[in-house]
Amino acid sequence: MKDVAIIGIGMLKWGELWEKSIRDLCVEAALNCIEDAGVDHIDSMAIGSMSSGLFTGQEHLASMIPDYLGQRYLPAVRVESACASGGLAVRNAFLEVASGMSEIALAVGVEKMTDVNGGMATYALATAADQDFEAFHGVTFPGLYAMLARAHMQHYGTTREQLAQVAVKNHANGTRNPNAQFPFAVTREQVINSVLVADPLTLLDCSPITDGAAAVLLAPVEVAHRLGRHPLTVITGIGHATDSIALVDRPDMLHLGAVAHAAQRALAMAGKTIQDVDFAEVHDCFTIAEIMVMEAMGVVPPGQGGPATLDGMTALDGSFPINPSGGLKSKGHPVGATGVAQLCEAVMQLRGTAGERQINNARTALTQNMGGSGGSSVVHIVEVQ
Amino acid sequence: MQVPKFWREIPRYYRLEAGKCDQCGKITFPSRLVCPECGSREHSKVHLSGRGTLKTFTIIRIPPDGFGDQAPYAIGIVQMDEGVGVMAQITDCDVDALSIGDTMITKFRRVREEGKTGIIMYAYKFVPDVGV
Repeated sequence: MKDVAIIGIGMLKWGELWEKSIRDLCVEAALNCIEDAGVDHIDSMAIGSMSSGLFTGQEHLASMIPDYLGQRYLPAVRVESACASGGLAVRNAFLEVASGMSEIALAVGVEKMTDVNGGMATYALATAADQDFEAFHGVTFPGLYAMLARAHMQHYGTTREQLAQVAVKNHANGTRNPNAQFPFAVTREQVINSVLVADPLTLLDCSPITDGAAAVLLAPVEVAHRLGRHPLTVITGIGHATDSIALVDRPDMLHLGAVAHAAQRALAMAGKTIQDVDFAEVHDCFTIAEIMVMEAMGVVPPGQGGPATLDGMTALDGSFPINPSGGLKSKGHPVGATGVAQLCEAVMQLRGTAGERQINNARTALTQNMGGSGGSSVVHIVEVQ
Repeated sequence: MQVPKFWREIPRYYRLEAGKCDQCGKITFPSRLVCPECGSREHSKVHLSGRGTLKTFTIIRIPPDGFGDQAPYAIGIVQMDEGVGVMAQITDCDVDALSIGDTMITKFRRVREEGKTGIIMYAYKFVPDVGV
């Protein structure tokens, strides 16, 4: 297997982008990425999108996007693993390059979510849950994570303030990210007193509905050298795991098994432990999710995610910064794009080009992307070499 | 939801039909072709008693399409006495009085009407067991 470098990243400003279609979003992110890498060709493409069909009525992105990118006849696939579709697209591009099937592979993540109203968007997102035995009863994604939050509070004593602090911290980071959808600061009081969505979670505990895309370009390390990429950012570990789609089928619903397995596999492949990681971009689709992900990956023991967050451990200047980009909370969560954008942030930090939110001396990054209520997860380790 | 999709699940929705592994005794709801515990492919049909303990719950304030006329409503996960978890709405109660650990029993209730096909979908919901 070849060693694989990230030679280009492509982001754009996320938000409610009324004037842009799903093809506009993909092409803009991909062009930004190809320009960043300075390559004259690509050999294959993987597109991550959770539900372009329900959100826009458009399937068959694997035909449309390469064509509009000026790459007609390119081999392309569209992959789906709910909100982990973006991370999975990067993994797919990684396998292309590592296996030698492609020299240069593009991964694009996208979701165009505002072509439908809120009720339809909520329905589309809920298709990531068990349709016949969860969504059938009227549960929503905030509802599933609200049930996890309530159980976590009851079992571990996690407090409302600790949950709110995740949003406060990520929004504080997002104020330093020019691409963020909601680059404003919030207070714990504002989070707790915002409108209830699913008790105990309020609006400001939830990531938003977002239009956006992101792209990364992968190539063998020797090609990255040839292109003069410096500093060189290399994907040294990939972990991918799945779990039951329904929350009720997990022996301990407070343990995100797919996240734990994906993180262990990625760290093992990189020859690292979680203590070797300098910072992480994780899937904070809801405040409780970031706390549970920290615990599943072993950043802190089970039950300690809330207190550690309140103590500042995961702040930009903490001992283990999480979501310097602002996370899904502030940057936005165009579901299929999120996993790719996490890698864009990792590379910006490792290159030292993250501007006001730069973490000093960052050399090892971890990105964690999650599907549904934890039914799938993809973890990447990226290092400067 | 389409008619065949609802009709197919009637044994689960109306009668809480579950599967029991012939080899290790693991109960699954819905039943599975492969036991998640021991991998056996031999299983028998059983019916859940409808009684269990509330593990967690929430109150949906912002509903998905199709549930707009019902919000706010409570929904929870109940560990059934047979050991398997079941998610459903919690009804006929003061939702502010619900607590993790409450004993629940299932009742046959209308879940919703589907606009396009006009199906009225019925299934189990939970109510607190007040001992009457």
